[in-house]
Amino acid sequence: MAQIFAYIIHKDGVIDDSAMELIVAAKKIDPAAPVTAIVAGSGVDAVCTEAASIYNEVWKIDNADLAYPNAEAIRKALVNIIPKGSITLIPHNTFGMDLGPGLSIKLDAAYAADVVDIEGADGNTLKLVRQEYSGMVSTHVTCDASDGAVITIRPGSLQPDESKSAGGNVTDKSGDAGDIGVNRRFIEVVEAEVGDVDITKSEVLVSIGRGIEDEENLEIANDLAKAMGADVSCSRPIVDAKWLEKSRQVGTSGQTVSPKVYMACGISGSFQHMGGIKGAPFIVAINKNPKAPIFQLADVGIVADILEFLPELTEAVAE
Amino acid sequence: MDILVCVKRVPDTSENEIEVNGSGSDIERDDLVYSVNEWDNYAVEEAIQIRDKVGGTVTVVTVGDDEAEEVLRREMAMGADNGILLSDDAFEGSDGKGIASILKAEIEKGKYDLIMTGTQADAGAAQVGGMLAAMLDLPFASLVNSIEVIDDKKLKVGREIEGGNQEMNEIDMPCVLSIQTGINEPRYVGIRGIRKVASIDIPVHSASDLGIDAGKVGEAAAKVKRTDYFVPDLGEGAEMLEGSTEEIIEKLVEMLKAKGGLK
Repeated sequence: MAQIFAYIIHKDGVIDDSAMELIVAAKKIDPAAPVTAIVAGSGVDAVCTEAASIYNEVWKIDNADLAYPNAEAIRKALVNIIPKGSITLIPHNTFGMDLGPGLSIKLDAAYAADVVDIEGADGNTLKLVRQEYSGMVSTHVTCDASDGAVITIRPGSLQPDESKSAGGNVTDKSGDAGDIGVNRRFIEVVEAEVGDVDITKSEVLVSIGRGIEDEENLEIANDLAKAMGADVSCSRPIVDAKWLEKSRQVGTSGQTVSPKVYMACGISGSFQHMGGIKGAPFIVAINKNPKAPIFQLADVGIVADILEFLPELTEAVAE
Repeated sequence: MDILVCVKRVPDTSENEIEVNGSGSDIERDDLVYSVNEWDNYAVEEAIQIRDKVGGTVTVVTVGDDEAEEVLRREMAMGADNGILLSDDAFEGSDGKGIASILKAEIEKGKYDLIMTGTQADAGAAQVGGMLAAMLDLPFASLVNSIEVIDDKKLKVGREIEGGNQEMNEIDMPCVLSIQTGINEPRYVGIRGIRKVASIDIPVHSASDLGIDAGKVGEAAAKVKRTDYFVPDLGEGAEMLEGSTEEIIEKLVEMLKAKGGLK
């Protein structure tokens, strides 16, 4: 089997949890394959040392121009150091989505995106599991890795290996990275605006999704939240429609919340949304579609139209 | 500025329940309502707004069968100037790389300053934009949620990153951007708008028109192939509350009290 590489995400000198998940993905492809972690950035010795506690081999690309992880620059460096025919694993986050597709083209490798499980390999054919239609259905996928493959792994989908006892070597590959000049230049990160309510501190959230149907119906959620002493949060489509501000959005692209009770009202339960909920809140799901993925994640489920159910619940709570 | 937007006709998930068919070979396609992929619709709106500000043209292109023409007309009714349909039996079963190769061949026949795709479509891979950029050797940004035209050579683009934050970049044109939902508010398309563009000629380009080696696209060339569909068993699932609404509410209120959900 081919050599396997895992791209390590890090921020402010701290290694991302995905590093512990990619090693699991690599072992699922081939328990015997050599797995090398790649750490790119500026001043990354501490990150490399930590990566070496998980991986037997770590390749370092240290370059002042990589102080911010620019996917175009990092792609160029990776193409220069990853041997043709290798398998490269990357987390399917906002960086991985920026890097993965182009990297696969430049390496002339197959590309399998947003993989949630790996069922092993049959020769050079990898057997993978993906989801389509916002998680409503899953698919088995084969990936012909005979010319190599780039695979992005959905964060949180594999149980991480937290043993950290690899004692690996760090090899400096900075000199081999070559020209990393770019046509897309990083300017700055604009931090999310803090809204009138900080939902990351809320103990109880009444969270609404597409099922609310109309901006006018927000009142129904507001009334329930008021009666419960809760705050109102939402899923992405509500922010896209500009019915609520971004600071109220729960999800990987919004806020990460850790309430005691999370009422998911008219929310299907996409992984991006559920990725914004940490800890183990008591999740109540109310949705008129009995097949909504949220019912497989919630503690308690109610099949109902929230437009009819929430006002009745508000009345009962108010009593 | 001449802008090309790549769009796709997909099952409309807000109008349909997506279910797996009896044999698991496909989703249930009877009575499915189709529409333009939601992300692409934002991309077309953004292209129209840029054109209206700085001048130029907006062309929409899709890879698909005859029925895919309807999404081109819809986007032309929104305000796109031209539509192009890339259609050939040889294209069927293409994976992401195959689709990007077909689009590349069309793009190289024209001259565009900016190429846009939606960030992702129904299969959720978010791959065609990034592949296309790499094939064309153009700069790329994914998950774009703001675009500002600096001059005829450069754009300032915002990318959505984790935690509600936005990463700002300056990018040289020509470039490829994949557009995230929420960047704008796509305009409403009425039946009158659709009628207005109904008779406009939409050119159809085949593999030979595009000079594409049929062996390099389609199912035979696909390295990544779906073998079946299934519905996952994610775990125990929720305890479903049943009974009359009154009974359900009574049980729920008790549970909420026990879990600290009521103050």
